[in-house]
Amino acid sequence: MSVNESTEVSGSAVLVEQQSLSPREYVGQYARRVRSGDIGSLPIIIGLIIIAIIFQSLNQNYLTPRNFVNLIVQMAGLATIAIGVVFVLLMGEIDLSIGYVSGVAGVIMTLMLLPPFSFPWFVAIPITLLLVALIGLVQSSIITSFGLPSFIVTLAGLLVWNGVVLILVGAGGTIIIQDRTVIAIANSFLPGIWGWVFAVVVVALFAFVSIMQVRNRRKVGLSATPMPIVFLQILIVALLVIGGVYVCDQDRGVPFVGVLLTFFLVTFTFVATSTRFGRYIYAVGGNAEAARRAGIAVNRIRIYGFMLSSFMAGCGGIILASRLRSVSTDAGGGALELSAISAAVIGGTSLFGGSGRVVSALLGALVVASVENGMGLLGLSAGIKFVVTGFVLVLAVLVDALARRSRRSSGIA
Amino acid sequence: MPEPILELKGVSKNFGAVRALYKVDFAATSGEVMALVGDNGAGKSTLIKGLAGIYPFNEGEIYFDGARVTIHGPRDATDLGIEIVYQDLALADNLDVVANMFLGREQIKTPMRLDESSMELAAIETLRSLAVTTLRSVRQPVAGLSGGQRQSVAVAKAVMWNSRVVILDEPTAALGVAQTRQVLDLVRRLADKGLAVVIISHNLHDIFEVADRITVLRLGQRVAEYETKKTTQQEVVHAITAGTLEYVPGMADDIS
Repeated sequence: MSVNESTEVSGSAVLVEQQSLSPREYVGQYARRVRSGDIGSLPIIIGLIIIAIIFQSLNQNYLTPRNFVNLIVQMAGLATIAIGVVFVLLMGEIDLSIGYVSGVAGVIMTLMLLPPFSFPWFVAIPITLLLVALIGLVQSSIITSFGLPSFIVTLAGLLVWNGVVLILVGAGGTIIIQDRTVIAIANSFLPGIWGWVFAVVVVALFAFVSIMQVRNRRKVGLSATPMPIVFLQILIVALLVIGGVYVCDQDRGVPFVGVLLTFFLVTFTFVATSTRFGRYIYAVGGNAEAARRAGIAVNRIRIYGFMLSSFMAGCGGIILASRLRSVSTDAGGGALELSAISAAVIGGTSLFGGSGRVVSALLGALVVASVENGMGLLGLSAGIKFVVTGFVLVLAVLVDALARRSRRSSGIA
Repeated sequence: MPEPILELKGVSKNFGAVRALYKVDFAATSGEVMALVGDNGAGKSTLIKGLAGIYPFNEGEIYFDGARVTIHGPRDATDLGIEIVYQDLALADNLDVVANMFLGREQIKTPMRLDESSMELAAIETLRSLAVTTLRSVRQPVAGLSGGQRQSVAVAKAVMWNSRVVILDEPTAALGVAQTRQVLDLVRRLADKGLAVVIISHNLHDIFEVADRITVLRLGQRVAEYETKKTTQQEVVHAITAGTLEYVPGMADDIS
C-alpha cells in the first residue's frame, strides 16, 4: 500500500499548514492558476485595453473625460439589467423577457408620474419595481409548476411585454418624463467634493472588508491571503477609483448612476457570495438534484432568482427611461435582452449554470457599451455595430471555452 | 451480539402489484459494518430508500436505539441521525468542498452572512477525524477532485452531523484500485469511530474485506445473514443466486 501512504503523508502536510502562505507562494499559485486556465477577469481587462487602443487610434475623442462620463451613463441601464441576468444564468436558466420587462417598468413609472395618478417619484418607483417583480413571480411560477423550459416561457413573456408596452404607450407615441428627480437619476453628476467623498468611502470599505477577512481567518488559524498582496489589491482598487473620479471631474463629475452601479455591484456581490440564497443559486445551477436532496427548496430559489432578474430589469428600465427623459413604443426594444445576456456572458458568466460573478455583468456591459460608443463616435451604422458586437461575443465565449478546456486538462474544473 | 441501533422488523414494500420487499428483517449495529448484498432487483435500493424517507414501507416496524420510530420524510431520517451517501454522491461540482459539506445547513453569522470561517474549520476537523488527507485544499471546487476524494467528501458530509447510521450505496463502484483502498479504509474508520455503517455493494471482495456482517436479499426477501468471519464468498454467492425464499412469487394465497 505504498500509494496510499505517500498520498497520506503529502496530503496531511497540506491540511495542517493551512495558515502559512508567503506572498511569493501566493503569486506563484496565482501564476499557476492562470497558466492552467483559471484566468478570471484577465481576458476581459486585456480586451478592454485592446478596444480602447483601437478606437483611440481611429478617433481622438474616444479616450476623453467627456466620453468616459458618457460611457458610464450609457452602460448603466444595460449593466443593471445584466446583474439580474447573472443570477438567472447561474441557475442554469435564461430570461428573455428582461428587455421588455425593463420597457414595461419605464412606461408604468412614467404613466404613474402623470395624471390621473400624479404620484410622486418615491411612490411611482417602488410600485413599478413591485409590479415587475410580480412579472418575474408569474413567469417563474409557470416555469416551476409545470416544469416548462424557461427559454419558452420567457420568450412568450418577451412577446407579451412588448405588446403591453405598445398598448400602454399608444400608437406611435412618446411620453415625456417631467419629474426632476426621475430625470436626475441618469442625468445628474456629483459635484467635486462629493465625488471624492464617494471615492474615499468605496476605497475605505474595500480596504476594511479585505483586511477584516484576512484578520478573522488568521485568528482562527485558517489560511489567508498574505497581507502584502491584500495591500496591493487595495492599492489597485484605490488607484482605479481615484483615477476614475479624477477623470470624471475633468468633465461633468461622477455620474449619479456610477454611484448607483457601485451600490448594485457591492450589494449583489454580497448576496451572491455571502448569503444562503446566493449559495443556493450556485447549488441549483451546479447540481439541482444535489440541492434538492440537501433540503433546499429548489423551485422557491428559482422563483426568487427570476424575481430578482425582473426586479433588476425594472431598475435598468427606469435608468434607461431617465436617460432618454421619455418612454416610447421602442422602450425595451433593440434586442436589449440579448445585449444584457451577452454582457453577462462576455463578462465570464457561464450559460450552463453554476459559474459566474456579479462583477461580470459590469465588465461585460462595459465591453458592449465601449464597442457601441466607439462605433457611434466613428459614425458607423447600426448594422455594423451589431456585426461587431456579435464578433466580440463569439470571441469572449471562445476565450472562455478554451480556458475551460485548459482547466479541465489540468484538473481544476 | 450487541443491541442494534437500527432495526427493521418485517418490513414490506409494494409498488402496485409488484412486491419489492417482503417481511424483511434487518439490523445495523454501532461500531460494525453491515453489508447489504443481492442481485439486481433484490430490493437493496428499496430498503435504503424506505430508511431515507423517500417513501414509506407498507408494513413492518422500525426501531431506532430500541424505540419504535416512524420515518415519513428525509427530514425524519436525518433527525434520527441516518445519513445516506447515494451512488451519484449528490455533490455540486461548482461549489468547493466546504460549501458542499454544509449545503442546505449553512452556518450563519450576524443576520444573514454565511459564517465561512467556522464552516471551514468544522469541515477540516471532520476530514481530519476521518483521516481524509489527500485534499489539497478544502476551498477547491469538487469538480477537480478524484473519484475517491469525491467519495470521501460525500462521506465526510454525511458523518458531519452527529449521524449514527451511515448508509453507503455502492461507494466503490466507479473507483480504481488505489481509490477503492482509500474508501474502504474510510468505511472501516467510520465503524471504528462508533458509527453503524451499512454498505451496499456488488463487489464481494470489497465486502469481505470491510464488513462485519452480511445480509443477503433475494427477490425482496432476506434469505440469509452471515458473520463475515464465519462464511465464505461461495456461500454468499449461493445465497444471492439461490437462497431459500419464504414466499414464492406467484403464490396467490399469500397476498392477503
